[in-house]
Amino acid sequence: MNRLISIRGGRVVDPANGIDRLLDLHLVDGRIASLGAAPAGAGGAEEIDASGCLVMPGVVDLSVRTCEPGAEHKATIASELAAAARAGVTTICIPPDTRPILDTPAVVELIHARTEAAALARVVCLGALTRKLEGAVLAEMAALAHIGCVGVSNARAPIESTAVQRRAFEYAANFGLTVFIQAEDPWLAAEGAAHEGAVATRLGIPGIPETAETIALARDLLLIEQTGVRAHFGRLSTAQGVRLVTAARRRGLRVTSDVSLQHLELTEHDLEGYCVHRHLRPPLRSRADRDGLRRGVARGLIDAICSDHEPQDRDAKAAPFAASEPGASALETLLPLTLSLVREGVLPLGMAVAALTSRPAGILGLPVGHLGVGAPADVCVFDPAVEWVVSAASLVSNGKNSPFLGRTVSGAVRCTLLGGRVVYHS
Amino acid sequence: MREVGRQPLRHFLGVEGLSRETLTEILDTAEGFMAFGSRAVKKVPLLRGRTIVNLFFEPSTRTRTTFDLAAKRLSADVLNLNVEASSTRKGESLLDTLWTLQAMNCDMFIVRHGLSGAAAFIAAHVAPGVRVINAGDGRHEHPTQAMLDCATIRRHKGRFEGLSVAIVGDIAHSRVARSGIHALRTLGVEDLRVVGPKTLIPVGIEELGVSVYHVLERGLEGVDVICGLRLQQERMQGALLPSAAEYYRCYGLTPERVARAKPDAIVLHPGPINRGVEIESQVADGPQSTILEQVNIGIAVRMAIMSLAMGSNAGLAEDA
Repeated sequence: MNRLISIRGGRVVDPANGIDRLLDLHLVDGRIASLGAAPAGAGGAEEIDASGCLVMPGVVDLSVRTCEPGAEHKATIASELAAAARAGVTTICIPPDTRPILDTPAVVELIHARTEAAALARVVCLGALTRKLEGAVLAEMAALAHIGCVGVSNARAPIESTAVQRRAFEYAANFGLTVFIQAEDPWLAAEGAAHEGAVATRLGIPGIPETAETIALARDLLLIEQTGVRAHFGRLSTAQGVRLVTAARRRGLRVTSDVSLQHLELTEHDLEGYCVHRHLRPPLRSRADRDGLRRGVARGLIDAICSDHEPQDRDAKAAPFAASEPGASALETLLPLTLSLVREGVLPLGMAVAALTSRPAGILGLPVGHLGVGAPADVCVFDPAVEWVVSAASLVSNGKNSPFLGRTVSGAVRCTLLGGRVVYHS
Repeated sequence: MREVGRQPLRHFLGVEGLSRETLTEILDTAEGFMAFGSRAVKKVPLLRGRTIVNLFFEPSTRTRTTFDLAAKRLSADVLNLNVEASSTRKGESLLDTLWTLQAMNCDMFIVRHGLSGAAAFIAAHVAPGVRVINAGDGRHEHPTQAMLDCATIRRHKGRFEGLSVAIVGDIAHSRVARSGIHALRTLGVEDLRVVGPKTLIPVGIEELGVSVYHVLERGLEGVDVICGLRLQQERMQGALLPSAAEYYRCYGLTPERVARAKPDAIVLHPGPINRGVEIESQVADGPQSTILEQVNIGIAVRMAIMSLAMGSNAGLAEDA
């Protein structure tokens, strides 16, 4: 038997297996070996002290942009995987809007090679749904699936033609691929940069109405029903959107959804003073929307919480609000702020951890996100007692564009293990 | 803007958040400058030796020339830059332009830009000691216009409490409307109305303390002051309005409609006016119109704001 790692004295939270109690966790050969008593015959144990900590599956993040390939001056796979390790995130999913667009196996191979070199997290890719994300010609989805893409997506480039959308869904369904959708109607969103409401009106920022999301969602749901494709709606931003997805699920459609932590935490009111780090897409919406999203996660209607991490450099944000690039550096605040919502009574712990681990893993079809015996030993040891201040200096990510700069955050990762190997230790 | 409210007046980025005392001081100071225009010698040495840059990223004639004149009457040196036509076209960023100008040791930037928040953005990046005055940022604020409108109203009505004011036209895209709403509410106007078709009234405008009217005749009923807004050419046809002609038929300020207001009501307009679109000539040139008077008052108000921001008049540092 090979080397044993024992994580001792922590509160093990593993929603997929219904576990939430003080337990020792033992890893052998990169896999979960046992909970409680050490496996028989194991020797040479390395010990990790997890007293006072949560011991949970490594986080599975459904949307992380690393900026590589295409915008390496902002961030790289190596820099952002280091941030992921620090954040307790052991699996990330990259959307296809890289440069070049992720519509050929070559781009996937490049990402896999850089990931292996960094060896700090698992990386899976979404292939393009249409070539160059232009919404006109289907991408070679079978080839993309063959090289390892876990799904297909048109990222944030809406497909204007419903006919192309329909055929793309049919073709994805043909290969059993899940379509990942960020629903936004391009005409209603137009030149908008903030939620259409009293705040955007006062600040004079062109608005994006709620219907930009809900109309696109409703259209997509009807095409999903017609084509039978499995679909995942990412980054819901409206309470009405949650209701639409929930209703569709009730009538038997195979749809799942996620929300970014930023949309659970912030609202349009946080744009005061034209805070460019809170210029996000979809935009931060009303308090009622945020509360609807929170209820959606708490009740399990929204499957997953993601970071929607998108590093930007200074130049990208150094402009008046509407001209600044949207996006937030959010990997490292994902876990602490989600668990703060648990402490505040907004989310039940089991539901929150499931939304960060087992449920997104299920959406991606990966065998991670839980601590069952035999599973890959992707583990996060989180110390809720540590306080730190979000700042350019305290973030490992190359992107310093956190919407939470200056905020004191409770809780930090003590240790991250990837396949039984320590990839981060505070 | 908030920044102004919390600190001694350094920049003048917006009316929102300023106290009634601050606004009144601006109006009082402007009143003092109003007599200047009719004097033979129109200059005071308040800003002698100071360099003021008119930094306009959007075309403007009226606002830029009145700022220009106001600065010259305060004895400042003035540099007029139409940036739209120069460096930003070559890909130079807004910050690069700003830093280049700053290297010339200017004291104040008068900024107009097509994006909301641009003046605040520039103010956040200038060197300490450099003043920024917002001459219009996107749809956000045009605070000097609002102050000159208020000065005009005060000259005619002598007060703000108890007045009924209607702002008519394209509220959605208007920075003049937003600044005007903040200023008039702060100065004590309770019955403040915005009038226009649904396509030109932005969501949630009621939260600024106004009541919304979609029928012009009703919106003008019994008001003391009518503020017309300019309808931009690009709004006149498309999905917001079918045509300039239909807009005029439904929302044009005609003598018959103005007659619904109080007999002594005044009609303001920031200019330049579209005759036969938002206003009929008979109204624009009639006895109730203050349109030309506003231009002259605008110079005095801009003199007041520039001198207060440069600290040449004590007292504006309300929270210092």
